Amino acid sequence: MMQGGPKSISRRTLLGTGAMLGVAAAGLRPAWSADESPIGTFPAGTQGDSVFFGLGCESTGPYSAQGGDMLKGYELAIKHLNENNGLITSITGASKPGILGKKVTYQNADTASNPNNAVQAFSRFISQNKAIMISGSVSSAVAIAAQKLGDREKVIYLAGISGSNETTGVDCQRYGFRACHFAYTAAAALAPVLAKELGTTRKVAYLVPDYTYGRTVLASMKKFTEAKGWKTVTEQLCPLGSTDYSSYLLNMMASGADTLVNICFGADAVNSTKQAAQFGALKQMKLVMPYAAPFFANEVGPDIMEGVYGTTEFWWTLEDHNDKAKQFVTEFNKAYNYKPEWGAHIAYLQTALYARAVEKAGTFRPVEVIKEYEKGEKIDTTIGEVYWRASDHQLVRPVYVIKGKAKKDMKSKDDYYDIVATVPGEQVMPPEGELGCKLGSYT
Amino acid sequence: MTTVFGIPLGLIQAQAFNGLQQGMLLALISAGLTIIYGALGVLNLAHGALYVVGAYAGYLTYAQTGSFLLAIPAAAAASLLAGFVMERLVVRFYYDRPDEDQILVTFGLGIILVEAVRAIFGGQSQNTPTPDWGQGASSLGFLMFPFPWYKIETIAISAALLLAFYLVLYKTKLGLVVRAGIEDAGMVNLLGINVYRIFLIVFGLGAMAAGLAGIINSPITAPTPDVGGRYLVLSFVVIVIGGVGSFPGAVLGGIVAGEIMTLTSLFNPSYSEVMLFAVMALILLLRPQGFFGQAGRA
Repeated sequence: MMQGGPKSISRRTLLGTGAMLGVAAAGLRPAWSADESPIGTFPAGTQGDSVFFGLGCESTGPYSAQGGDMLKGYELAIKHLNENNGLITSITGASKPGILGKKVTYQNADTASNPNNAVQAFSRFISQNKAIMISGSVSSAVAIAAQKLGDREKVIYLAGISGSNETTGVDCQRYGFRACHFAYTAAAALAPVLAKELGTTRKVAYLVPDYTYGRTVLASMKKFTEAKGWKTVTEQLCPLGSTDYSSYLLNMMASGADTLVNICFGADAVNSTKQAAQFGALKQMKLVMPYAAPFFANEVGPDIMEGVYGTTEFWWTLEDHNDKAKQFVTEFNKAYNYKPEWGAHIAYLQTALYARAVEKAGTFRPVEVIKEYEKGEKIDTTIGEVYWRASDHQLVRPVYVIKGKAKKDMKSKDDYYDIVATVPGEQVMPPEGELGCKLGSYT
Repeated sequence: MTTVFGIPLGLIQAQAFNGLQQGMLLALISAGLTIIYGALGVLNLAHGALYVVGAYAGYLTYAQTGSFLLAIPAAAAASLLAGFVMERLVVRFYYDRPDEDQILVTFGLGIILVEAVRAIFGGQSQNTPTPDWGQGASSLGFLMFPFPWYKIETIAISAALLLAFYLVLYKTKLGLVVRAGIEDAGMVNLLGINVYRIFLIVFGLGAMAAGLAGIINSPITAPTPDVGGRYLVLSFVVIVIGGVGSFPGAVLGGIVAGEIMTLTSLFNPSYSEVMLFAVMALILLLRPQGFFGQAGRA
């Protein structure tokens, strides 16, 4: 038993207080320690020294060329992450190779632009490989299906190319993010240029692939061009992957239209445009490509492309205006021997922005990463300053309006387009809620 | 202007002519498929891939020589060779196997061919420009719109190839044996004719038909590794409509299919293919052997 001494504490008091403090400490959590509770593939996917990205880029089907380009963009971004390359770290802010020091591994599955294949492949990546992030699409149908899967499985999905309004509209998801421009922003950016350059009293025929992307681009183009005075005279809906467009072209020529708005994408855009040229339809109607596909100019050639207006997400001549763009184009060209198209660019951008969000959040846990995205900080990238809109997970970014160059004006073999307008994102984004987005819960 | 159901008569004529062009191409592809199925009993799911082989062989020749006229026999040779190799190395071991095995093996061969093309050429479409003699368009004095010359010429080329096919099948001894083989391969064998040699030739001819269609159609529909898939499906529909194993059935079925698709597009283009499948379903219900097929044929 303790004797004397000023203010001596009895052993019992000491033990009791100590026990109480211990219990309190277990219950209280200091503010700086994050919620580490498991969700989705976290933390299972981050054990060890690497994390896995599940990619779904088409290598077959009408969008296979765009899918191939996109896959190269992902591969370059992942290589840059793992090598701590200066270009990507200027966006991500990472100090160590990888993301949060973990190496990035990946695998690609061919979705063939089929949503069922995509869902199966991504599900496998999630359950077997514990993918911490899934990404990639050229078809909006795939992007929308994959987003829903990501939201169910609590794994972040980043859309690749997705032009439908619905991806950040009625089908938006808490776990989905889209960085490219889309039907609404493309039409909003393009319509003023068309009205100015082609006049306000035009009669338009639309060639529309019959799925979400085609139908929403049609709706947005009609909205913005009819507001300028254009009249829609016919809408020809065709199945994705059609090979012969002669019946649609004949109908369009019979309608008396003087403008042909071709919403087809990928190989469909190439076939329909070439066939339109064969029919002489392009002598009667001016061609507009509201959502120009990667490689389109390359595949139809400058004779058809001359004077054609359209929009694109990225074009390599941006390297003259933006250092990061220049670095990206140079590195890509060095790795793959051609100038990157916008499929590759969006893949690179999405990967870089994801890595940035994880680095800033300090964790791979999706809830924290999503909240980091939703902070909407201004980020300097290959296309200038961009930021995420929290209400629909759409990146607010510029839309490039392009015009096809005449063959004699091309300064090099890839110099197909003049960028006639760079429209800032804020000017063309749909008002919040207009496209019907209601994001779900975080958990 | 006279209208029918509110559609200008001139447009109907134009679409009907267009349907003839598409139909002749389908007839050519389907003729190849039908003789393979008729004689060998093998459902050749690699038929679309053989179209692709012809298209790419023709494209390569065109790119090297600048002559479309050379590209056509090159495509024929390449697809004939592909057909021979496929038959000798794989398909002939499956003649006595159940149908499912035959379907799977030809399907697999088709995938191999397509992926080989993709590995060599990549997924982007190849530009096969319209030959000089096909440039421009003409209304031929009666059409509402100028119709591309090249498409008019493909009607002639397809007709000539189908005529050649017909002459081989109906006017030569080889053709006689092939047709006998289509009717009853077992009997032909019993009569002492080497029916397996005939099968090799039939497979090659069928493959060649697909390959020729591939190169002829290339200026219209740019070759990609996957372009054959749609023609495979359509040619199956055509042989169901026309009658399996029947050459005239394939021709008539092809033209009918082309007309159904283009005339439906006058009303609602999204239903063009739906209508074709609906007609196929109707034929299966009412006359399962098709126009010229034989009832009770497997």
